[in-house]
Amino acid sequence: MQHWWFPTSASSYGAELDNLFVLILYITGAVFVIVEVGLLVFLVKYRKREGRKAEYIEGNTTAEIVWTTIPAVVCVFLGLFSQPLWSRIKDPARIPADAIPLEVTAKQFEWHFGYPGPDGQQGTADDYGKRNELHVVVNQNYRVRLQAEDVIHSFFIPVFRLKQDAVPGMQIMAWFRPTRTGQFELACAELCGLGHYRMRARVFVHTPEEFAAWQASQIAPTTPAASDTTASSGRTAR
Amino acid sequence: MTTAGVAAEHLEHALHDDRPFIRKYVFSTDHKIIGIQFLFLSLFFLLVGGVLAMVIRWQLGFPGKAMPLPGAWPSTMAPDGVVLPEFYTALVTMHGTFMVFFAIMPLLVGVFANYLIPLKIGAPDMAFPRLNMWSFWLMIPAGALMVAGFFVEGGAASSGWTGYAPLSANPEYTGATYGQQLWCLSLIVFALSSLLGSVNYITTVVNLRAPGMTWFRLPLSIWALFITAILALLAVPILAGALIMLLFDVVLHTNFFLPAGGGQPLMWQHLFWFFGHPEVYILILPAMGIASDLIANGSRKPIFGYHSMVYAICGIAFLGWVVWGHHMFQSGMNPRLGTTFMVSTMFIAVPSAIKVFNWMGTMWRGNIHFTTPMLNGIAFVAMFTIGGLSGIFMAATPADMYIHDTYYIVAHIHYVLFGGSLFAIFGGIYFWFPKMFGKMMSERLGKIHFALTFVAYNLTFFPMHILGIGGHMRRIYDPSQYEFLRPLQPMNEFISLSAFALFISQLPFIWNFFHSLFWGKKADINPWHDNGLEWTAPSPPPHGNFETTPTVYHGPYEFSRPDMEQDYLPQNQPLPAPQPVAH
Repeated sequence: MQHWWFPTSASSYGAELDNLFVLILYITGAVFVIVEVGLLVFLVKYRKREGRKAEYIEGNTTAEIVWTTIPAVVCVFLGLFSQPLWSRIKDPARIPADAIPLEVTAKQFEWHFGYPGPDGQQGTADDYGKRNELHVVVNQNYRVRLQAEDVIHSFFIPVFRLKQDAVPGMQIMAWFRPTRTGQFELACAELCGLGHYRMRARVFVHTPEEFAAWQASQIAPTTPAASDTTASSGRTAR
Repeated sequence: MTTAGVAAEHLEHALHDDRPFIRKYVFSTDHKIIGIQFLFLSLFFLLVGGVLAMVIRWQLGFPGKAMPLPGAWPSTMAPDGVVLPEFYTALVTMHGTFMVFFAIMPLLVGVFANYLIPLKIGAPDMAFPRLNMWSFWLMIPAGALMVAGFFVEGGAASSGWTGYAPLSANPEYTGATYGQQLWCLSLIVFALSSLLGSVNYITTVVNLRAPGMTWFRLPLSIWALFITAILALLAVPILAGALIMLLFDVVLHTNFFLPAGGGQPLMWQHLFWFFGHPEVYILILPAMGIASDLIANGSRKPIFGYHSMVYAICGIAFLGWVVWGHHMFQSGMNPRLGTTFMVSTMFIAVPSAIKVFNWMGTMWRGNIHFTTPMLNGIAFVAMFTIGGLSGIFMAATPADMYIHDTYYIVAHIHYVLFGGSLFAIFGGIYFWFPKMFGKMMSERLGKIHFALTFVAYNLTFFPMHILGIGGHMRRIYDPSQYEFLRPLQPMNEFISLSAFALFISQLPFIWNFFHSLFWGKKADINPWHDNGLEWTAPSPPPHGNFETTPTVYHGPYEFSRPDMEQDYLPQNQPLPAPQPVAH
């Protein structure tokens, strides 16, 4: 039954998103029950019977006002309730200042992750890259700059509840903070061609110590071949 | 008075109908024949779209396993019966395209607008019968071009029914060079057909209403079809414009949507959805109108809140223009715009709720006859409610971030377009078949078809919500590639088996349709005891429809009047002499 629900959240805002979903589920669930049960009751109670005639009722203004106002109020509430969470996640101006920058480039049918190296700065000599593997430290903010080389892809990490399209010609910012160590998956969520289904990357959320060891193993070899940074390498055959 | 003159002229035609066969049944300008032509064509494409869905479900339920008749599949699509990834992307693209543009839209607009508008407003025909004929005959090349995609090198278009650029704009990205061009050309021709139809429907409703048929005496089906025609008139040219730009990018190497040459991929999405969201309402409003007629008839009661229902149709149509951005929350569009579109989208719940509660109000204290059309009308309300409510989740931008592009969206669209539109369409076919062909369809087979479809439909599409919550992406060829999706595979298999059952459940309908066409019981002039003007004309009505132009005395929902023995009162019969009624 666990598989009939969200994969367990592993990011700072994941639980809030799930709570919003559950709130909407309660509201819509109540409406669902009222409508469907009401419908069934009417179908049984007012089924055709010989010698009986339907009542000639053309409407009721009070009822119309009630069922116009209530949905309007609920919708305004849901909009107001959702907006702050949305802005906090997606507004580029509100990305946490201490976030480590990552460069993510999508292309048919792979992900390339550019890491800032130990100095935490992109565009310096200690930068390194990794194909189809995202390694991050738990409880650390990350700022992702998303780009696409060919068509539109979508950066989707289900356990982080994060989805953001990568559009060629645009640089789009997104952020997350992992809250749980472990191995997860990143998927492309936008149809990008025949290999869309296998445009998958693995996400490793490490403890700081684990990450330091992994980073050292990435930087240690001085030969560039081992670090796999060239953007064109390993292009999957189409 | 002119209407009456035209009618009289047409009546002469009707009396000595010496048109040759080809003018009468093939290149006919009679709105009824054109409606019936659309019926056969769009049911055919519904079947095509259904078959494609079966192949999709085979691959998702049993990834990599050979399909039945492994040798019969072309090696470019499914060598030894195993679906290729490039064929799969073509399948999802063409399934959506056929269903939206060649099945649901022509079923609602081509069939019911054509057949019902003149009959229900008391007109002898459409305002522009020849344009109307063209509107149908353009659908033939449009459909042929679309089908041709499967037979050209590189296969059919593979960039989704939404044709997102740059995937669609540069043939290198999908390999479907000719398929994508044919897709564009086909839909451009389709747009022309739709335009000719819309002009006709609008003009006819505005100008050809019979004496006494005031705006607020129009049946809700006609209101819905009229508003839909306005939406289509304004929205479809935007699609055509975008398609021409896309075709230029593909063929002439322009750069409207290709960033390397300075183009904007997101512009395609804005254009497509500025058309596409009104299009979604084009696909549901006529169904709402048809369902309203069916429910009032089946409940033997006036529509509850007729005026609210009309305003709700107009409200949905208006809001339809300002919500397109909700398809683009995660697209890279400015997130502040996301907030705006979230609020406008939420407001669609208001007119939708008004409609659902008014349908319930119509059944309340009714005398509900469970005829096949009524059963389908009830299913429409029950299923549209689910589709409407699931839409609220994706309207909330943060919740959409997770469920966008997952099976949750697939579940939602099928609850609206199958659970909503298609049930109303089936109800409408059962209801108006006697008028169209002068024969009754079997109620027994109709109920079997309804029950099987209702159960198999819910078993197929409801679990898709759960797949979506599990994170299952849309349009993926092989879910077993992902560890987190593997536990969902048994559900995928269950959905596939249900989908096969849903397909087989349509056999009673096909049998019933054709058997009744030839051997059905002869239909009376008004078998459902309805009030619409179409039920005052013979079954089937002759060329020119009415012997004399009807005069309309009241609205279409005068059921179970307390001052009358009979529980219905056709619109061409005066109300009983008024007498003070004390409550």
